[in-house]
Amino acid sequence: MNIKNQDSYTETGMTLIVKTVTRLTVGLILVYGIYIVLHGHLSPGGGFAGGVIIALSFVHLMLAFGRDIALRKVSKNTVSILESIGALMFLSIAIAGFLGGVFFLNILDKGSPFRLFSAGTIPLSNIAIGLKVGVGLFAIFLTLVILEGSKR
Amino acid sequence: MELHILLLFMILAAIIAIEIKDLLSSVIAIGSAGFALCLAFLILKAPDLAITQLVVEILCLIILIRATIRKDLPLIIEGRWFFNTISTLIFIAAFLLFAYYALKELPSFGHPMMSVVKKYLEEGTSKTGAVNLVTSVILDFRAYDTLAEATVLFTAVIGIMAVLRRKGRKEISEKDEY
Repeated sequence: MNIKNQDSYTETGMTLIVKTVTRLTVGLILVYGIYIVLHGHLSPGGGFAGGVIIALSFVHLMLAFGRDIALRKVSKNTVSILESIGALMFLSIAIAGFLGGVFFLNILDKGSPFRLFSAGTIPLSNIAIGLKVGVGLFAIFLTLVILEGSKR
Repeated sequence: MELHILLLFMILAAIIAIEIKDLLSSVIAIGSAGFALCLAFLILKAPDLAITQLVVEILCLIILIRATIRKDLPLIIEGRWFFNTISTLIFIAAFLLFAYYALKELPSFGHPMMSVVKKYLEEGTSKTGAVNLVTSVILDFRAYDTLAEATVLFTAVIGIMAVLRRKGRKEISEKDEY
């Protein structure tokens, strides 16, 4: 890869083929991540794995279209706010257990097994962890890419 | 049997990753070791870990490839190769000796089941309502550990954003649009 190609690579993203395929697949990846997060108490996966898949969909967008267009969709302030919301949500689920007397008590109704709305606070914790992990890992990638851009 | 093949493949990939001159090839060798670990988790019947290992490996590969794709600096080790080889061999021999004595004492894989695990397997679904027992352990029985783990990740993100922030480099770049 020569120097002229490198510059176009970082400024405007990759070629037309990659951009078209990305436009088709990035939504599917995001929906699959959300599916993994929501079904964490029924099938393998859970908050962490689903959150990483959500982060990967945004990384995919940034790699294909360049960092400016991806930053227009999700800015750095949004990332910070969403990550704090995820962390606070998990902590408040933990503190809500004090309503029943103990830290992290499963206070909600258990429901019947194999249903989406079952298992009390576990799906809520999965959503909180998924939000936190997805946004946090995307923030790490964003920070590394911005640093790399400002160094040259 | 498949597990042993995968373990040998991972050891080979790790050796290649250390010894190869090109930095990008080294990153790819690390990635192949990670994917072999993912298959090993599947063979050991741990699909949760396999999914997590797969997606985290992809993210790490993307970050590492982006970090190394422009600077392929060959790593040069020169001089004292005799001393390095001898000390490495001595350490490997000591590690294998102690690992032999330690692994001889281990019980066979999953065989005498611990009493805590038996309790989780019997009462997990009825007590928490979650069908996936791994989730019922990490988010209900052992949720305190998960809270600490989430705190670790949060601290790591804050640390990275603080160390690599843009404000401190204002004199160099003179642009602060993000």
